[in-house]
Amino acid sequence: MPYIAHTPEDQQAMLAAIGAASIEALFADIPASLRSPELDLPAGKSEDHVLRHLAQLAAKNSTDLISFLGAGFYDHAIPAAVDALAGRSEFVTAYTPYQAEASQGILQAIFEYQTAMARLMDMEVANASLYDGGTALYEAIMMAVRHTKRTRIVISECVNPIYRVMLKSYTTNLHLELVTIPQQEGVADLGALSAAINDATAAVIVQNPNFFGTVHDYTDLCATARKHGAVSILSVYPILQSVLRTPGAMGADVAVAEGQSLGLPLSFGGPYLGIMTCRKALVRQMPGRVVGRTVDANGKSGFVLTLQAREQHIRRDKATSNICSNQALCALRALIYVCLLGPEGLRRTAQISMERAHYASRRLEALPGVRIYNQGPFGNEFTVELPVRAYAIIDTLLAKNIVPGFPLGRYYPGLENHLLVACTEKTSRQDIGILAEYIGGAL
Amino acid sequence: MKTVFAKSRPGRTGVWPPAPKTEPAALLDPSLLRDSAPALPELSELDTVRHFTELSRLNFSVDGNFYPLGSCTMKYNPKFTEVAASHPGFTSLHPLVPQLRGAGHLTQGALEVLYETERFLCAITGMHAFTLQPLAGAHGELTGVMLMAAYHRDKGNTKTKIIVPDSAHGTNPASAAIAGYQVVSIPSHDGIIDPAELEKVLDDEVAGLMMTCPNTLGLFERNLPRIVELVHSVDGLLYYDGANLNAIMGKMRVGDAGFDVVHVNLHKTFATPHGGGGPGAGPVGVSQRLEPYLPISRVVKLDDGQYSLNYDYPKSIGYIAPFYGNFGVILKAYAYMLRLGREGIVRVSENAVLAANYLRARLRGHLEIPYDRTCMHEFVASAAELAASCGVRALDIAKALLDRGHYAPTIYFPLIVKECLMIEPTETESKETLDRFVDDLVDILRQARENPDALHAAPTRLPITRLDEVRAARAMELTDDAGLAAHDPICPESA
Repeated sequence: MPYIAHTPEDQQAMLAAIGAASIEALFADIPASLRSPELDLPAGKSEDHVLRHLAQLAAKNSTDLISFLGAGFYDHAIPAAVDALAGRSEFVTAYTPYQAEASQGILQAIFEYQTAMARLMDMEVANASLYDGGTALYEAIMMAVRHTKRTRIVISECVNPIYRVMLKSYTTNLHLELVTIPQQEGVADLGALSAAINDATAAVIVQNPNFFGTVHDYTDLCATARKHGAVSILSVYPILQSVLRTPGAMGADVAVAEGQSLGLPLSFGGPYLGIMTCRKALVRQMPGRVVGRTVDANGKSGFVLTLQAREQHIRRDKATSNICSNQALCALRALIYVCLLGPEGLRRTAQISMERAHYASRRLEALPGVRIYNQGPFGNEFTVELPVRAYAIIDTLLAKNIVPGFPLGRYYPGLENHLLVACTEKTSRQDIGILAEYIGGAL
Repeated sequence: MKTVFAKSRPGRTGVWPPAPKTEPAALLDPSLLRDSAPALPELSELDTVRHFTELSRLNFSVDGNFYPLGSCTMKYNPKFTEVAASHPGFTSLHPLVPQLRGAGHLTQGALEVLYETERFLCAITGMHAFTLQPLAGAHGELTGVMLMAAYHRDKGNTKTKIIVPDSAHGTNPASAAIAGYQVVSIPSHDGIIDPAELEKVLDDEVAGLMMTCPNTLGLFERNLPRIVELVHSVDGLLYYDGANLNAIMGKMRVGDAGFDVVHVNLHKTFATPHGGGGPGAGPVGVSQRLEPYLPISRVVKLDDGQYSLNYDYPKSIGYIAPFYGNFGVILKAYAYMLRLGREGIVRVSENAVLAANYLRARLRGHLEIPYDRTCMHEFVASAAELAASCGVRALDIAKALLDRGHYAPTIYFPLIVKECLMIEPTETESKETLDRFVDDLVDILRQARENPDALHAAPTRLPITRLDEVRAARAMELTDDAGLAAHDPICPESA
């Protein structure tokens, strides 16, 4: 019997010790009327059979695409050491480290991850990770609502629309007022955002680079938020944080991010990594796990889960959040990735990705009727306005195994001719040449 | 052990991406750039490999240690699923590809995994449909409560309360509260829900009841049919917390029992490793009447056998995750279910329940067992008598078990049992392991009476002795040397 240790002899000995006549007798508490029919599942298969089946399914997915898809989720190179180290079974098969003395490995790793993320964002503290960038953004709003006891949320339309639709789902029952400030030419309207913040505002939410790829300085906006007692929340792209002005330097109160780009494969949408950092003043409102340093009975330094009095297993319905599992293994991957690249490797990765995007923008801009939509500086991703529907280009290029980018019309009515194009250090100049050539040919 | 920051040396690096040709200032205005590089570790690849290898050795894990962690179902995770999930045909797939009109054919394999996993989970639970989007068990709970809210809103019900028994997981009341409900607790009688207690609080304001069954005392809710009837009688919905599903697979289907919503923890029941705290995955199943509210997108199978994403569900609660759930985790659960098949899934529950009852029978007489009757996959013991007589608490027992190479049971939970030890052996541990655990535990109990101070000092055989948790919470040292100049204005205080 796969993965079951008990032999028939063991079972008999165990039943004798229990004083039960059969295994079936142990299920006597389930009323007869509720007993299950035979499960409508296939018969069990050998390991080899299952692996071949999955390899066949994997082969049905296209992996030889030249892709310029980003939209918040990026294909960066992952050093082999990330898989090798994070794949160690002592990490993979451990549980949430409730018993600190037997879990120092993962606890120290999380403490180091918290430190690395706080330094990358230039913020004071980080938690031990959340599910993904979108839920991290939602949790940041809930922190702001608890902290300010207010309900008005001002959000830029340039925040990833995937996250904005998530926020809408989460807040349906919560009597929050979501005020969305429209984008203009791929740029967040900082004036309108500032003007929308008043003394009833719990939080203002912006993104850097924004969904269109545009890079901003939100220093003044964060100051305006502070003046009104509102919490400023920045959603950022962590790789570019190695070169961009930081949330901390801008005066943000909370910085969140999708950590997928830090050593996690795209993996069809997950598992990903929600990064959350904030100022120390907000730490007791922070959701999820936090690791702290302390000492053992001999004065030796060690690590524990801390501030647990905020959590659901103690406070039940008064808890700051319901989060129990986080993404510890994904956080470990991000930490290992950051350690392998260091500040210099990260800076180079960010810069090359940006260089490629700027090269791509020049190549596309040279095509007839094409213009760069961003009315502001951009990083590794930008928006092009085409003389035709973006889907027309996508349809044509997909046939050549090229995914030219993400069609903005999907989330922004009126921008049906707009394509969001992302580059990473894996995007070659040759790939960009092919993109320009085929788009040119399709126009 | 030194932190990775303490090991850092300026100028080292593990990976050298090619040098960029331009400075950032050539692409962006300097005002948009950071002042100085982030103070991240600078290490060679070997430094990094040694550091994390050393850290891994400081960890207990299922591959190295028995984890009798009640309500957390820590069983062995087969290795082949890791191979299955690491296939580049899955790992390199961008989640937005199938959302490009006309590009669905590029991800047929991945969509089939989602479709089939949903079908398997429906078969095991008897539910009508599933969403795989929720990213963890508690995320599944929140999703489930949001679905219940959507149902009531759609019907014009203005219900404000959700009932949560005192024997439920702590996440249940938290999830209900976060979804906007007032939580009403009801006490258990004799370890299970008493319909009379339920009737006391049941009125038209009740949106539903969240039940863990078997509950956190390891007991099956024998009054289940009556409870379902009562809650439905006020148009309330029944939520099943599937964290303990390992006990009943193939024995009872929660859909048949009348539940409207269920979440399952793939990282518990379906043998996907939990990674020291995640990722998990918490798919949610619903009865037919709740199906219209499921999150989008949903995977559908077309007449031509192709799979497609469908967004056309006007009553949907929307997105609760960016894409299709923790796909890598789902893939492992799918492989696990294929491997076990219909017979294997039943055997899981049978042998998990057998192991729990065996441990309960062997510990009887050594440790107080407050509900000493046939249990499901877990049971609770209490060290209350021991604490009173010789000052040895559940925590001391837990730490002494660590010294003997076992991870500790869940302690001080559920809150309704004093000095609680909640024990769940699972089906994958051998009788020899269970016997050794009992022998070690009995030896610890003997030591408790002879030399209690030795237990207060435990653990003494691990790289670290007992850690001061109170100091951690007071000192709040949450980063290495903090290392940051305080920024000018501090966070606004509460209004």
